[in-house]
Amino acid sequence: MSKHTLSVLVENKPGVLARIASLFSRRGFNIDSLAVGPTELPTVSRMTVVVDVEDSPLEQVTKQLNKLVNVLKIVELEPGQSVQRELLLLKVRTDAETRPHILQTVELFRAKVVDVATDAVTIEATGSSDKLDALLRVLEPYGIRELVQSGVVAVGRGARSITDRALRPVDRLDRSA
Amino acid sequence: MPQEESSQDNAMTMTGAASLVRSLEAVGVDTVFGIPGGAILPAYDPMFDSTQIRHVLVRHEQGAGHAAEGYALATGRVGVCIATSGPGATNLVTAIADAHMDSVPMVVVTGQVASAAIGTDAFQEADIRGITMPITKHNYLVTDPAEIPRVIAEAFHIASTGRPGPVLVDIAKDTMQATTTFRWPVELDLPGYRPVTKPHSKQVREAARLMAEAKRPVLYVGGGVLRARAWDELRELAEATGFPVVTTLTARGAFPDSHPQHLGMPGMHGSVAAVTALQKSDLIVALGARFDDRVTGKLSSFAPGASVVHADIDPAEISKNRTADVPIVGDCKEVIAELTTAAQAEQAAGRQTDRTGWWRQLDAWRERYPLGYTSEGGELSPQYVIERLGQLAGPEALYVAGVGQHQMWASQFISYENPNTWLNSGGLGTMGYAVPAAMGAKAGRPDATVWAIDGDGCFQMTNQELATCAIEGIPIKVAVINNASLGMVRQWQTLFYEGRYSNTDLDSRRIPDFPKLAEAYGCVGLRCDTADDVDATIEKAMAVNDRPVVVDFGVHRDAMVWPMVAAGTSNDEIQIARGMAPEWDRSDD
Repeated sequence: MSKHTLSVLVENKPGVLARIASLFSRRGFNIDSLAVGPTELPTVSRMTVVVDVEDSPLEQVTKQLNKLVNVLKIVELEPGQSVQRELLLLKVRTDAETRPHILQTVELFRAKVVDVATDAVTIEATGSSDKLDALLRVLEPYGIRELVQSGVVAVGRGARSITDRALRPVDRLDRSA
Repeated sequence: MPQEESSQDNAMTMTGAASLVRSLEAVGVDTVFGIPGGAILPAYDPMFDSTQIRHVLVRHEQGAGHAAEGYALATGRVGVCIATSGPGATNLVTAIADAHMDSVPMVVVTGQVASAAIGTDAFQEADIRGITMPITKHNYLVTDPAEIPRVIAEAFHIASTGRPGPVLVDIAKDTMQATTTFRWPVELDLPGYRPVTKPHSKQVREAARLMAEAKRPVLYVGGGVLRARAWDELRELAEATGFPVVTTLTARGAFPDSHPQHLGMPGMHGSVAAVTALQKSDLIVALGARFDDRVTGKLSSFAPGASVVHADIDPAEISKNRTADVPIVGDCKEVIAELTTAAQAEQAAGRQTDRTGWWRQLDAWRERYPLGYTSEGGELSPQYVIERLGQLAGPEALYVAGVGQHQMWASQFISYENPNTWLNSGGLGTMGYAVPAAMGAKAGRPDATVWAIDGDGCFQMTNQELATCAIEGIPIKVAVINNASLGMVRQWQTLFYEGRYSNTDLDSRRIPDFPKLAEAYGCVGLRCDTADDVDATIEKAMAVNDRPVVVDFGVHRDAMVWPMVAAGTSNDEIQIARGMAPEWDRSDD
């Protein structure tokens, strides 16, 4: 199995998220992470879906997604040619003794402290999955009280936009093979 | 497709319900099947006044759904059914799933509770949009009456184009009661819906190259060829290439059974020649087919030596089950025409392969293992009844089957010469399909003779629609192949469960009395229990044209469907009778 990041442009209409989620479940595909939000166009939403599948089921899932009437376009974002980020909010136990160490770690990871209490700090960090995993490993010994993480959002590198024609949607691969 | 109306009709003020009926009229609907109820009630009032739309009042919503399917398959137009919220809508679910599996163009209109009540578990509320998401091509929940004309136009467009399928439009009751403006024509707003119909020419040329080189090719024809109305093109391709043809259960009639190149039906109960031709082929040209498990048998051992050209309008079907060497996305009508042209170009360039050896082998299999049956101990053979029915009713009649043994025999022993004369539930395998689907087919094609060939189990699931047929003047004919059991399940119990007939005995030679039941429904009821009476009984049934007819054929219950490839086994394991495999020549392997 390998992870693939799909950017799915959809019409901003009620029920679209349910259609996509139920399609994954019905066809037996696991969603690793899912992030949904608005785009530069008010009528279009963008979903970033990370799936853990082999190449041939991936082709099937993208073809099935493309059949949904509300799906406009699907592009797979390769890790090398895209920027992929997650957001992490983390509450870590602190006291006078550990606080400097924690703040130093926050600085090293270019994260930031967004809330402070006498016995805890809340940290906001963004980055790739690897970076956030590393941050977690370092902070874990201090005691993690609460953790919340967003799905991956991703955008292709370079000047081109996902809406450009030049970016070939994945459903057309078989037609130009 | 929406049809233009005169521009004076633009921007008229009316209720949402009237707008719905006007929209249905504008897309050309002439028949709908349905039952009213609370939430859909507003729509029934303006429909009462419609001179264009005939509403057929069915007895159960499932009947409305299958009738819409039968209408669609018999006429080539979109079938329409209508029901109220909650149980009315959920009763349609089986028919919607059936239409989805067999790619039947259908629009389903359901009433929904008032928009303010949605989500409150109101009386007769069901989230039918959510329920039908995985079994519709697309669906809508309408709460703004201004959207009704556009949504109806889109629903018919989506249902009938690309790979056809069911589209559900759920409309809140208050949306139908509200005052709105009806405008027609409307502009479709479907930026994410662009079916590819024109094949990629490079792929077509590549396919033609493989076809020219193939030593043992087969045209594997699926129901998509019928949906694309590409039977003429198919015949041209078959005759231009000389390739053998197999037609799947949903494609029977796409290529004449009497054609010398036709090997019959492939699959679990296919002919030895059709199953084995695919199995030993070196090139499969799949046209509007989807490599269903009932065709391939154990997938990993299916046609091990074959390259695959796979043409389908749905890209998701290509390489879903069997990897295609040459994928072609497009409408079968265009694809097949272009394949013929490209194949002729290959021939003109002198690239041809001698296939007399292949045909010799195919003819040998055909000759040695024709479809057949043996009569058992004096009792009436179901196969004989169906065979005679096909011969007496002829190739212009429409045949509509339920699901099970009688369906397989009807696919095997009736000779289909014309497209869209064979209607059945292929993908979903819905028992109870035959009577309502036959009703829909007859409503759509009143001049055609429509025979439902049903089992006694199937018939008892939906025969309440005989009342509809009798009252609405839809004189279908029903042949109940009555073996007093759930025959196909019983067959599996015979073969795989040591004859332990757990719950498959329906005792339906005794209860109910089918001819009496038919009479109670205002139909003619006939009974036939001996081979000698078969022809006379069928002729008697053929002579009745003012009422539906039900014939109860009491048949032998141990008759089995052969050939058979047991579920999950390889097509190489085909048996022509219990424990009997074909004897292959050494040269066959």
